[in-house]
Amino acid sequence: MDETQALEIARQFISSLPHARALGMSVVQIGPGRASFSMPYDERLIGDPETGVMSGGAVSALLDTTCGAAVMSHPEMAGLTATLDLRIDYMRPAVPGQALRAEAECTHVTRSVAFVRARALDDDDENPVATAAGAFTFTKREDMA
Amino acid sequence: MSPHRPPEPVQVIKQRRDAALQALVSAVPYIGFLGLHFDRRGDELTAVMPFDEKLIGNPELPALHGGATAAFLEVTAVIGLAWAHYWPQFESGALDPEAVAGGQLPRLPKTIGITVDYLRSGLPRDAYARAEVTRSGRRYASVRVEAWQDNRTRPIAQATAHFRMPLPPRDTTQGEGAA
Repeated sequence: MDETQALEIARQFISSLPHARALGMSVVQIGPGRASFSMPYDERLIGDPETGVMSGGAVSALLDTTCGAAVMSHPEMAGLTATLDLRIDYMRPAVPGQALRAEAECTHVTRSVAFVRARALDDDDENPVATAAGAFTFTKREDMA
Repeated sequence: MSPHRPPEPVQVIKQRRDAALQALVSAVPYIGFLGLHFDRRGDELTAVMPFDEKLIGNPELPALHGGATAAFLEVTAVIGLAWAHYWPQFESGALDPEAVAGGQLPRLPKTIGITVDYLRSGLPRDAYARAEVTRSGRRYASVRVEAWQDNRTRPIAQATAHFRMPLPPRDTTQGEGAA
């Protein structure tokens, strides 16, 4: 499968998830066991009315979706995935007005579990807004020759 | 304030507490986006997330989106903690619910980190959550929160979150209980 096909499948995946659609998420990049999604700044997603910073909940949703996509795009994956656990650390508030981009990578997979790490960034690539580490259900393909 | 003040009529107390809660909740746009509301029994809050199509993650199962569940838990923890934190000030009159409703919002706790455990698939129906402040200090607080649907004893997710507490406003520090 070439890169264009993979991107197209990822686009279909994200547009089939009503919650991802409601948050305005879109695919930036997809690769084997990796994904990068973005989410535009939206006033409806503000969690701190005083500063206009987007809610941690919306950041969690972006990170969770991106991690799930990284698992789905793993070459040994057969079937669907679900989150087992997800830990998120908020390093700093996202800058109001800037879109958020999440990058996720499967660091290890077993027959039944995928371990994923991710980070969320705004326009500042050096200092993440948040980082995440999670475990997801995984079904390893048995037909890997 | 005289200690011999006659007790307030129950409607006055309820009205003040509900106005305070409503002011806190309606100030956060994301709570409206998720469609949440909070039921109050005394100082105990139960968050309700009525089912909505836009909360679905996998339309084939269908199941609630893990991100929606995480957001629900986090918002429940933030509001639960803020409510526990500001309750004495609403009760003493140091914070006026009407002023809060009018836009003079008390500051909300900031999330440092949250760990969410997904225990069961979220079904396409209403979800409920309650937060418990396990440690409340001057600078940091820890909150445990649990969400369930049809059956209280079969939670769909649980989380532990740590928060940085808002600093007390400069002019009303004397009412602040030390941790």
